[in-house]
Amino acid sequence: MSDTVLFALEAALNGLTVGIMYSLVALGFVLIFKASGIFNFAQGVMALFAALTLVGIQTGQVPFSHLINAALGTNIHDFGFTLPAILSIPLTVGVMVLMALLIERLVLKHLVNQEPIILFMATIGLAYFLEGLGDIMWGAEVKPLDVGIPQGMSSTVDEFTYNLFGYGFYIDVLSLWALGIAAVLVTALVVFSQYTKQGRALRAVADDHQAALSVGISLRFIWVLTWSIAGIVALVAGIMWGSKSGVQFSLSLIALKALPVLILGGFTSIPGAIVGGLLIGVGEKLFDFFMQPIIGGATENWFAYMLALVFLLFRPQGLFGEKIIERV
Amino acid sequence: MLDSQEGYVTADGRQIGGVVLELKNITLRFGGVVAIKDISFDIRKGEIRAIIGPNGAGKSSMLNVISGFYNPQEGDVIYKGYKRPKMAPYKVSRMGIARTFQNIALFEGMSVLDNIMTGRMHHMKAGFLAQAMWWGKAQKEEEEHRAAVEKIIDFLEIQAIRKTPVARLPYGLKKRVELARALAAEPQILLLDEPMAGMNVEEKEDMSRFILDVNDEFGTTTVLIEHDMGVVMDLSDRVVVMDYGKKIGDGTPDEVRNNQDVIDAYLGVAHD
Repeated sequence: MSDTVLFALEAALNGLTVGIMYSLVALGFVLIFKASGIFNFAQGVMALFAALTLVGIQTGQVPFSHLINAALGTNIHDFGFTLPAILSIPLTVGVMVLMALLIERLVLKHLVNQEPIILFMATIGLAYFLEGLGDIMWGAEVKPLDVGIPQGMSSTVDEFTYNLFGYGFYIDVLSLWALGIAAVLVTALVVFSQYTKQGRALRAVADDHQAALSVGISLRFIWVLTWSIAGIVALVAGIMWGSKSGVQFSLSLIALKALPVLILGGFTSIPGAIVGGLLIGVGEKLFDFFMQPIIGGATENWFAYMLALVFLLFRPQGLFGEKIIERV
Repeated sequence: MLDSQEGYVTADGRQIGGVVLELKNITLRFGGVVAIKDISFDIRKGEIRAIIGPNGAGKSSMLNVISGFYNPQEGDVIYKGYKRPKMAPYKVSRMGIARTFQNIALFEGMSVLDNIMTGRMHHMKAGFLAQAMWWGKAQKEEEEHRAAVEKIIDFLEIQAIRKTPVARLPYGLKKRVELARALAAEPQILLLDEPMAGMNVEEKEDMSRFILDVNDEFGTTTVLIEHDMGVVMDLSDRVVVMDYGKKIGDGTPDEVRNNQDVIDAYLGVAHD
């Protein structure tokens, strides 16, 4: 095989793993959009907030320590303990569920039956609030995150591809883990929604609110449930990004790449979010690989959005979205 | 006037029980519009109770009050002897009041079977982990619910479309699936909002037969709204007639048919 093809293949594989991260954030969007018709602009910030909370709990940071120190003149920063991942992750899940409860109580409950644009504006507010809260609670510096997922070059892939092509691919072990964890997460979500009573209720609410009420499903409970699940998905995304490049506030910006992913995959399709994320991840790496010599670098910044524009022209409902047919 | 505990015997010889649900001086307003004006009537165990009236009379509003979708500004809903506090519609449904909708509210993306299974939702007890893992008790429970649902599917003769996504069904069958879902909840009271609207004669006959059979087989107390006078008079044991939000008649089909106010409302009053 020629070198170009091999290099392209390696780039594509690396793109796959970046794509998984996009998919995870997009998945959170889709879950909430399906269940409540709300486009949750705060999904990316939720991933950031979850990762910040996880690091905070893991390293025994005192929440609001800057605020407390400034107000009381004390000098405390941490409790002086560290928690293993097996404890800190469930605790963070607890925080995300609590957050879902509060969002329902304080925001959504008061906006029932409002226009979608009103709810969208509310989630923009929520995004900025959460970003600020994360800053005040845990501080704004870049923090390393280590939950025990191995990192570095995968020697297995290296050896295997070397024996096959005579050229060893560089693939981060973390990326392989990300793939595995994402697969487990999606499987768990599918099993949950297909085979449990709550999952059936969730699908019912996504389909028709009135009918759901008439069979005894509490919309408010389902909203808390979806936002909790979206929070957990955000946590997983946050862990991946955080392990890779540290927990930093730019994460909420990177999460905006989920938007083109949604346009590709369709706003209401879980498989669409996964496939869309992978397509954009691989697409932007390949585009960069082939076009960099011609038009220069940094195409990754805009490629996804351009692809989304092309999709809007030719297939506005996305790959897996429901086609909107208006009857007259 | 009937005593609230004692029942009565219908024209076709069925024994009807005491009052299950009583509406007392219900008034419902939307801003300045009064949809229901001071209406009282009761629903008795095992009977088929119809609400009829011209368009805009407030029939659907009445049904929405019973099912908790609307909360009346005045008046009480007495259910099984207790005054029902203002509550969310999903709680009313869990208390045993199931309903169908005028414009069909089904879960279009799900199969017929899944749709009907949602009707049994609040009878399910197993935790979600057990259900996801298909653990002992959860499996047994799921099988019991499936059996109950299959019985209803047989009863309403929709075996052939069990696995079909609802979105692909014709209108008449959708109406039947909606009835099946309501029945799956084993309701104390079944509310049907225009179960035969938009159907052809044959479909109407089928639906009438199902409503009668359901009542016969399960003894389900049924409240229905219908436009087709012929159908209503054949089906129901007692009829409430509404016009402009007011009750203008209440009694057996024969009594209602000979009520001058009802005749005026339906045929118009001669002005001389």
